[in-house]
Amino acid sequence: MNRTVDIVGVGWSGFGSITPDLSYKEMIFQAATRAYADAGIDPRNDAQGFVTAAEDYHEGTSIFDEYTPDQLGAVLRPMHTITGDGLHALAAAYMNIASGLMNVVVVEAHSKASNILTLDHITAFAEDPTFERPLAINPVALAGLEMQRGLDAGRYTVEQCAQVVVKNKNNALANPAAAYAAAIGKKPVLEAQPLATPLTRLMAASHADGAIVFVLADSDTAKRFKGKPVRVRGIGWANDTPALDSREWLDAKYARKAAEMAYRVAQIRHPRGEIDFAEVDDTFAYKELQHLEALQLTEPGQAGALTEQGATERAGALPVNPSGGGLGVGSLLDANGLARALEVVLQLRGEAGARQLHKANTGLAFAWRGLPTTSGAAVVLSN
Amino acid sequence: MEHLVYPSKGLSEQAFEKREVLFETWHVKAEYAWDTGVAIGKYLAELKEGRIVGRRCFKCKRVMVPPRMFCEHCFRPTDEWAYVQDIGTVKTFSLCYVRWDMVRLTEPEIPAVIDLDGASRGMGIMHKLGAVDSRAVKIGMRVQAVWKPPAERTGSITDIAYFKPL
Ligand SMILES: [Zn+2]
Repeated sequence: MNRTVDIVGVGWSGFGSITPDLSYKEMIFQAATRAYADAGIDPRNDAQGFVTAAEDYHEGTSIFDEYTPDQLGAVLRPMHTITGDGLHALAAAYMNIASGLMNVVVVEAHSKASNILTLDHITAFAEDPTFERPLAINPVALAGLEMQRGLDAGRYTVEQCAQVVVKNKNNALANPAAAYAAAIGKKPVLEAQPLATPLTRLMAASHADGAIVFVLADSDTAKRFKGKPVRVRGIGWANDTPALDSREWLDAKYARKAAEMAYRVAQIRHPRGEIDFAEVDDTFAYKELQHLEALQLTEPGQAGALTEQGATERAGALPVNPSGGGLGVGSLLDANGLARALEVVLQLRGEAGARQLHKANTGLAFAWRGLPTTSGAAVVLSN
Repeated sequence: MEHLVYPSKGLSEQAFEKREVLFETWHVKAEYAWDTGVAIGKYLAELKEGRIVGRRCFKCKRVMVPPRMFCEHCFRPTDEWAYVQDIGTVKTFSLCYVRWDMVRLTEPEIPAVIDLDGASRGMGIMHKLGAVDSRAVKIGMRVQAVWKPPAERTGSITDIAYFKPL
């Protein structure tokens, strides 16, 4: 790659379990205004391209990409929407810049999950109409099925999964943007109502509303802006088969492949020694452990034990989800990946406030697209 | 037909009903309740009162209808509410002889884009014309909103029943 790419501005609005005071456009405008102020740019003159991540069924409007320009300052500018996670949109922006096509590109993703009255039905609608949907089982059972496999294979224990919830919800107490922070112990997590065994209600992230905007630029252009640039060292993405009857169910291969690509681009050979901290998808508590292993940040089967030992806490050797993760911040639908990357940016800039890590030079953000997908995306960022 | 590899026969509706021919169906349950936020919320509340409100941008001086809390051209917050007239000029129209569910109509529906007086040039409302001979509709025609009775208004663009010639 000839050109290096930096994140030169970030902004967000939210996050909250409901946001009745703002329309999605007003929420995105707020996040965009902050991101542009952070970068010190005028989007009408300085940004050449805009990429958003959105899923029509989450928005309730088909061809939703038509509704994205106004609130980003993107009217009459190159603009497109990716039906994927925000990190997929970040990858598209990265390519626009690395290729030399554009110098400054804006990335946006948001969630108005509270506005979707039938979210479980929308998730079920993502299942195969012939082989899966006729059974009419709530899709959350897919998480139960996968967690059961991990337990049976000895990859983690239920207590270790509960400890992930405890860590992340407590981490979120130091994050003013988090919607689901709690000073909580293991017992209520283990004793919470079962959603689909062995998964309890508190082991699943609750949804939140919010918007996140990033400004990216090539490193030469970035020097002209006032923001502290954070280098996008590598980015990658991968999907496993969608088939429930024949997918892996134990290892998150999509995460392994996505990270391998990101590490290759970033020229990282020993992730455990070179990644200081990580923000990884924890939509379900066991997912954090499964993902850490797939991302090669722990030995297989060791993520749970390390969590119990405190290694993944903010003061540990490998802090994981210092923001509070999805369990503490809230699940932001298509914006989950940008929420993970946002924390990595703030930590690398030394702007994470009460939750600032001591050593934060290189961080990883990893997003999973949620049930029922095997869609993952990873980005390595350095200061 | 002799080139067909597989034997074939015509299909009857009965064959589908008896499921001799197999197919997949699904009815998606997709329901939403959108937060209207500041701008749309005010717009709808004012429609319920029989008024059309816009927003003014001090930079480009536009009065925008429907209102928005930010100017998409200047990329800055808009500055104040501005009421516009319920009178305007037909910018374009069509005589539509198919209903939304594709039933053919003898009397056409008349969708029209109407520039509203008091709003900036080129801003107004997409609505329908009524109480007019469809052959008489022309671009440039002056029209006025016909409001539903207050008790029937719900805070929707359909609180205006239609626009009729002045
Ligand atoms: Zn303006």
